[in-house]
Order: sequence, then structure tokens, then C-alpha cells
Amino acid sequence: MLKDITLGQYFPGNTIVHRLDPRTKLLAVMLYIVALFNAKSVLTYGIMAFVLALSIKVSGVKLKALTRGLKPVYIIVAFTAIMNLFFTDGTPLADVWLLRSITFEGLRQAIYMVLRIVMLIMGTFLVTYTTSPISLTDGLESLLAPLKKLHLPVHELAMMMSIALRFIPTLIEETDKIMSAQKARGADFETGSIFQRAKALVPILVPLFISAFRRADELATAMECRCYHGGDGRTALHVLHYHKRDILVLIGFVLLAAGIITLKILGL
Amino acid sequence: MEPILRVENLTHTYSAGTPFERSAVQEMELTVMPGEFLGIIGHTGSGKSTLIQHLNGLLKPTEGTVYLDGQDIWADAKNIRQVRFQVGLVFQYPEYQLFEDTVYKDIAFGPKNMGLDKDEIDRRVRQAAAFVGLREELLEKSPFELSGGQKRRVAIAGVIAMEPKVLILDEPTAGLDPRGRENILRQIRQYHKEKGNTVILVSHSMEEIAQNVDRIVVLKGARNYMEGTPRQVFSRAEELEAIGLDVPQVTRIAMALRRRGVDIDTAVYTVEELKEALLRLKGGGADA
Ligand SMILES: Nc1ncnc2c1ncn2[C@@H]1O[C@H](COP(=O)(O)OP(=O)(O)O)[C@@H](O)[C@H]1O
Ligand SMILES: [Mg+2]
Repeated sequence: MLKDITLGQYFPGNTIVHRLDPRTKLLAVMLYIVALFNAKSVLTYGIMAFVLALSIKVSGVKLKALTRGLKPVYIIVAFTAIMNLFFTDGTPLADVWLLRSITFEGLRQAIYMVLRIVMLIMGTFLVTYTTSPISLTDGLESLLAPLKKLHLPVHELAMMMSIALRFIPTLIEETDKIMSAQKARGADFETGSIFQRAKALVPILVPLFISAFRRADELATAMECRCYHGGDGRTALHVLHYHKRDILVLIGFVLLAAGIITLKILGL
Repeated sequence: MEPILRVENLTHTYSAGTPFERSAVQEMELTVMPGEFLGIIGHTGSGKSTLIQHLNGLLKPTEGTVYLDGQDIWADAKNIRQVRFQVGLVFQYPEYQLFEDTVYKDIAFGPKNMGLDKDEIDRRVRQAAAFVGLREELLEKSPFELSGGQKRRVAIAGVIAMEPKVLILDEPTAGLDPRGRENILRQIRQYHKEKGNTVILVSHSMEEIAQNVDRIVVLKGARNYMEGTPRQVFSRAEELEAIGLDVPQVTRIAMALRRRGVDIDTAVYTVEELKEALLRLKGGGADA
């Protein structure tokens, strides 16, 4: 059900991965993605998979939780795989029926694409699973701080993001509750034509919007009551500090990205 | 007599397989007889809402079976909608489910989903509105213009209009002022008396349950804890207080008297009963 959407969910813990500075994790995942897109061979994919597996192991996040996060993208993954499988030129697998349109190159391409998407999603989920939404936005705000010079409303953006992250679970819970209440009155979301199904969403969306606006209103009032006036002159309760472990992890990931790119240039 | 609802060895685990895994209901048993007015009480988090969402098939048991009229409701998953029409469930804070532009249409949502014809829907909407004390002229108003108490009554009418065999209300008085609370309870009592249908009232207020129901089921920490008529349950008032449930004020007075050495029956829960118990005591005293 909707509960399976795990976006923005945080599994508290006390591992090294949890304790890393959020900025480290954000930078590391960016470097990891850069490296992932430069991986072109069995060797480089192997290295990437090893790094991912090691990070998952150290973080203590269950593999099941990570694969559950993949659920919403199964269709995209399957689609990509099929496209690559059938529409890549090269030597056919065998000279019988369907296998004629599948090539060795296509098969390899499909496997690489699927691996890339899966590892990309797992890597990013690992960060959101091990970082609380608040420190995630703190980290982002701090990383983007230089852009303030260009008059970009960095604090406001970070605040919006942290509010959005904070309310995603609430809205999901609320949607679940409203759906249950309408189902109790015989609402049917699962059968009928596309038109009927779209119409069946009205009894969910109307109450959901009304409550979202009500919440926004209450939150604005509560923030004003506590004299919130934007980012100028605001100080943080938790000041971010880089530790030795952060430096080491960052060096590690810089080396990873550099290494993978070098291997690519070398044609390995 | 056959029970109308029977729950056997019910266990429900939320978020199975994640660090948030938690059993909200464990090995619960429940039997509900036709026409009965049953109260389910327990602390917040004791599993009341989880339990009742199994009775109309909104939640599927992790383990155990729910029988409606002797039939396993999940025997054929395609029929689950029919179960929901027979077991009407009013959620906690049901006013947040309103969505139509008039009160009439909102109450008609359930009956319309049942595929009834126009005249029948009209009859049911008007009857349900009358049960919850909504005046005719409110029917054409937008539900969002109404007061909180009125909205809640619209939502309750929306379930009553399906004419379910069993009506379940999850904390129907939460967040209302004392007058609104008494109004809703009176209307539910009235509904039960006139229709003779089974009603299940869920609450965490003993006071409320005590005044209304024939039988009480007490839940504690996801399990059955105690069960019986109000008299039987309140005769164990100390245990109830020990698990943090509020005993009716009248019962508390009787308990306080008893602690001071007055030989009074503590299983009283209405003012009438306390009066009689005191008079009996006085009569007994005069004899001696
Ligand atoms: N949708 C849900 N997902 C996860 N846990 C839940 C959900 N609903 C309830 N719970 C948990 O199950 C337990 C029982 O909740 P509930 O049945 O709502 O109790 P009550 O209605 O008696 O207050 C609580 O600890 C609650 O946190
Ligand atoms: Mg509840």
C-alpha cells in the first residue's frame, strides 16, 4: 500500500554511516553517482557494487528495506531493460524466433542499465535512510550557502525542503486514513475504466487538499508565534563540524570517482 | 444464537520486516451477538482502531480469522465490499472525510456505491439525517460551512445511510464539548433502540461506555484484558485504575467510601445505582 513509499524515511541508528556529517554524505553520494555513470565494464561495475555493499553493511540498513524502496521504479527498470534488450544492434544471441532480435550487446547493455538504476537508487536511499531529514536539509543549506552571494534564497529553499520532508509521512498517513474511510463507505479504487478510476480519486483528493491547507495555515501561525522571520541572523542549534572520519570518507569517494574515470579512459 | 461477528486468534503486525515493525493486535478473541450494544475500551495505542478495522475488512489479519454471520470475510476477497456495506465503520474524526459540495450528496455517497436507486437513496439519506438530528434545511448546505459537531454528525449519517447490520463507531465523541458529546451518544442510543441493530462503541472514556453499553471488552497492550457486563467490569475497578483507565466518577465515590470502611457495593456506575446502594446501606444501618 501507500506505506511502501519510503521516500524521505529515516531509520534511526548509531553506525558510522549515521554519524557522518550530512554534507559528507551528500558529497559522497554525488561522487558515487559520477563514478557510477562512468562505469563501463565488469571491473568498474564490480568496484561500484563492492563500495555499495560495504556501505550498506556498515550502515546496518536491512537490504529488504532498500529493495522495498525500489518498488515504485520496477516498471521503469523493466522498460529500460526491454528497450535495451531488443533495440541494440549487434550479433544475435541465436538464430531462432525471438532470440534473433536480441543481441549480445543488447543483453550486456540491459544488464548494465538495470544495475546502474538499481545501484543509483539504493545509494541515494542509503543516504536518506541514515540521515534525519533535519540534518539532511542543514547539510544542503550549508553546501549551497555560497550561492547566497548570487541572491539565491538558499535558507528559504532549505526550509521549504525540510517542511516538505517533514510532512511527506504525515500526508501519506493522512491519505491512507482518508482512503480507508472512503473504502468503508464502499468507495472502489481498484476496478473500472480509467475515467471511473480518476473520478474515484475525488473523495480522496478533496479532503487531502483541505487538510493540507489547514496544516499549512496552522504551521505558518505557529512559526510566526515563535517569531520566525526568515534566514537573516538565524543561528543553528546544531552547528555542523567535519570530523576526521568525514575527511577520510570524502577522500575515499574522490579517489573512487577519479579511479573509475581513469579506468574508463584506459578502456578497462 | 449465532454470533454476528466473531474474531478468532487475531494478530496484526504493522510494517512487518522494517525496524518499525509492531504488533498492534495480538491473539485477540471477540464475539458479538446480533442486536448487542458492545463497548470496546482501552488506552490510546491499545489496538482498538486496529481491531475494528479488521471487522469490515479494511485490514487483513496477519494471523487469525474474522467471521461475519459464520462466514470467513476473506474467504472470497472479491466480496469484501459487500462486507463493508454490512459492517459500517465510522472512523475517528470522520469529519475529515467529507468531500461533496452538499451535505445531502455526502450522505448519499455510501448508498450510491451500493448501487441503490434514487428513491431508496433519498429515503435513506433523509432517515439517516434524522437519526443524527440534522435538520432538513442543512441537507442542501455545503458540509464545510457547518460546525465541527454538525460535520461529525454528517459523517456518521453517511455510514448509517448504508443501513449496516453492525454499526461501529471509533471514538465518536473525541474532541467535542460535553454537550456535543452527550448529543451524539444520545442519538447513537436512540439508533440502537429503534433499529435494534448491533452497535459497537469504541472509546477510551469509561464514563461514556458505562452509560450506554450492554457489555464491555477491555483491551490492554494489544491483547484482551477483561470482558463482561458493566457491573462485572466495574466490580474490578481497582484493576482498571491500575492500568490507567478512568473509572466512572460514581464508581470512584463508591470506592472511596469503601476505603473508609463503608461496606458499599463498588460495582455501581450510574448516579441512580449509587443512590440505591447508599439507601440500602442506610436501611441496613437503621436495622442494626
Ligand atoms: N498505520 C499504522 N502503521 C503503523 N503503526 C500503527 C498504525 N496504526 C496504528 N499503529 C500502531 O499500533 C498501535 C495500536 O494503535 P491503534 O489501533 O490506533 O490503537 P488505539 O485505537 O487503541 O489508540 C499503536 O502503537 C500505533 O502506534
Ligand atoms: Mg484509535
